[in-house]
Amino acid sequence: MENRLRVLRAERSWSQQDLAERLEVSRQSVNAIETGKYDPSLPLAFRIAELFDRTIEEIFTSPSRRSSGAI
Amino acid sequence: MTVSPALRSYNKRVLWLSLAYGVFLLTAVYGFKHHLVSGPVAIVLALLPALAIIGIFAAVGRYLVEEQDEYVRMLMVRQTLWASGFALSVATAWGFLESFDVVGHVESYYIAILWFGGLGLGSCMNRLTVGRPEAA
Repeated sequence: MENRLRVLRAERSWSQQDLAERLEVSRQSVNAIETGKYDPSLPLAFRIAELFDRTIEEIFTSPSRRSSGAI
Repeated sequence: MTVSPALRSYNKRVLWLSLAYGVFLLTAVYGFKHHLVSGPVAIVLALLPALAIIGIFAAVGRYLVEEQDEYVRMLMVRQTLWASGFALSVATAWGFLESFDVVGHVESYYIAILWFGGLGLGSCMNRLTVGRPEAA
């Protein structure tokens, strides 16, 4: 799933490790989410959104909306 | 890469169970080779190495319950699915070959060895598909 995690992280000058520590997950997980190889669970998606003070939709692009060209 | 507390516990459990397996196996081999056991004691002695292996299966299950990192847990689940599919497939194929006298008999505990080998296969498949990226 496409997302803006890398951009949001870069805006704060956080490394993947910094973000991983804040989310209490492994750096490997952050990398997998950033590169779209892994879609986080809803609780983790909420933790990410709350950390960046955004809504989930502002960070993650809905695959169905993306394919219909709504975004 | 940082190791999660769950993985540390898992590694410790597997290490102790592997040591127990070695001790139990050597004891059982010695006991049976020298005809030191019989009856219920023989059954218990023969089962001790199996119990250590079963303990490792339980350790894998406990790790999956205790691991808090959902992505890492997902990787381990995939590994165990590969291991189970691989071990069951080889055992099934071998069973039919054995039934039709194409191959000789193999002790059924080799399925456990196949399963542990399958974990390695699952790890390779994880690397090939989702990967273990190092770049930050």
